[in-house]
Amino acid sequence: MLRHLPALTVVVPMLFAPLCVVLRRQAWLVAALATTATLVGALLMCLAASYGRVFDYAFGGWAPPLGIAYRIDRLNAPLVLLFAFVAAAVVLHARGARRAELRDCRADLFFALLLLCLSGLLGIVSTNDLFNIFVFLEVASLSGYALVALRPRGAAALAAFRYLIMGSIGSIFLLLGIGYLYMLTGTLNLDDLAARLPAIEAARTKLAAMAFISAGLAMKVALFPLHLWLPGVYANAPSPVAAFLSATSTKASLYLLVRLFIGVFGAALFADTLRLADVLVALSCVAVVAGALFAVRQTDIKRMMAYSSISQLGYITLGVGLATPAGVGAGLVHLLNHSLIKGGLFLALGCAAWSAGGCFLRQLRGLGRAAPWTGAAIVLGGLSLIGVPLTAGFPGKWLLVTAAIDAGAWPLVAVVLLGSALSAVYVWRVVEALYFAPAPADARRPPRGMSLAAWTLLGASVYFGVQPAPVVDMLMPAAFMLFETS
Amino acid sequence: MSLLDLAAGLYGYWTVVALMATGLYIVVAYGNLIKKLIGLGIFQFSVFTFFILMGHARDAVPPVVGGDAELYANPLPHVMILTAIVVGVSTMALGLALVVRINRFWGEIDEDRLKKRGHETD
Repeated sequence: MLRHLPALTVVVPMLFAPLCVVLRRQAWLVAALATTATLVGALLMCLAASYGRVFDYAFGGWAPPLGIAYRIDRLNAPLVLLFAFVAAAVVLHARGARRAELRDCRADLFFALLLLCLSGLLGIVSTNDLFNIFVFLEVASLSGYALVALRPRGAAALAAFRYLIMGSIGSIFLLLGIGYLYMLTGTLNLDDLAARLPAIEAARTKLAAMAFISAGLAMKVALFPLHLWLPGVYANAPSPVAAFLSATSTKASLYLLVRLFIGVFGAALFADTLRLADVLVALSCVAVVAGALFAVRQTDIKRMMAYSSISQLGYITLGVGLATPAGVGAGLVHLLNHSLIKGGLFLALGCAAWSAGGCFLRQLRGLGRAAPWTGAAIVLGGLSLIGVPLTAGFPGKWLLVTAAIDAGAWPLVAVVLLGSALSAVYVWRVVEALYFAPAPADARRPPRGMSLAAWTLLGASVYFGVQPAPVVDMLMPAAFMLFETS
Repeated sequence: MSLLDLAAGLYGYWTVVALMATGLYIVVAYGNLIKKLIGLGIFQFSVFTFFILMGHARDAVPPVVGGDAELYANPLPHVMILTAIVVGVSTMALGLALVVRINRFWGEIDEDRLKKRGHETD
């Protein structure tokens, strides 16, 4: 049974998704069962991986490199657990949100799409096959586009359309890069590719493959010039959808960036030959500062959090661009922590939308006094975004700064500090609106389930902020191992 | 390889380049949402053509068990294209459904005119 877990965690949500539509009234229950089962499986796999066990699963019993293989090791087991955990929290939150932001959406379709998206994302991080990555990326992306368009509003449909166009262009660039790699080596298995690529002389084709894959993934990761789809998506999607997408979809593509660039292509090709790492560092610096600057000017809190996400994703890509094991490890740690923070923040904003009717700055005035738990959740999330010690935002940034100092890149340290300072500005705007205004008379407290879901994610982020050892001990050795085998 | 060989022998790949550039240009240049989708479709098609060119082998026979031939064609690129075509069809269907929805809400499917009316999402 344990042996089949890699396949089960991906297939179970996919199988339960149509059931959500068939059993319309009990869609929530079906989704809760599916996410709980997936969470249990992911937890078992992560525990096994923390003891060093590597799951190599061959679908249909056909051995790789001809068959499709899944591989769960120290690098992706925490991500599988993270995605399953976030999905479970979002499903719990959506139960209450059915009467708030999901009121005019079809709840059965929401849960079905959520399960499909979860299945796609888990497939992306579990698989060891290059074309399988593309297939599951499309499964996750398409269900993501539909999730964004759930609300019957023109703005939601337009945001989803823009997301579709830009996301599809990114996927097709990725497919083109996959085609180049297959053309060069004749294999689609990632381990086999990593073994065969260094021996092949066709430098220009390799560079073309790397260029197309980086363009495609940069689109998916919302790296600075290609981030234009993200604010519209997060602002117009219902809060459970925004929480799920912010915590998972960009993170899966970031995992792909690390896995393909360092695991398959090799750090030498990534950093020295194409100097892609330098480009990544430059764009990340711009993303960190520009994202925070744009966030300061927003009055729609969800849009503000979207620009904040662009800024925080800049930290992660900054770590990857350092192209050292310490830098990549720092990026991965911040990836995991930021997922918990942003997911919890968007769920807390969903609770605020329940109480105040919306997430604009003027609607949140005084909400901290009327709904204390929700206000506290938003403040905690904000402090984590700034990177205050003892919150989840701190370990990733600290590791990033030490990695930058080790690499001798002092300007990057300045960029990280500047980003944190700017984050404090927009977080303060939210805190000021929440607490430094009289409480609105008609605000009700959100249901316990919604609050509990937000606090589950934020509580996990507090735990990993105070005790970062579990995350760091899993992801740092994984980063070092990735560099060794490349 | 002489320049003529380069141009004539790789005409398939030149077609791929032309289609890719055309598709991307249409997506960027036109405001009409349906035209953007058409541009996306042309762009996707160029990548399919690339894969099929990659999988082509002269005088190759489909890999059927029991046959007796010197050269069998590799089915994997074609399988990848079939999957990508299905993905492209689904994307197109979803895109068109979204355009229908946008039209239902706003009566307009041109992005420039939507912007003039103030329906900016960015």
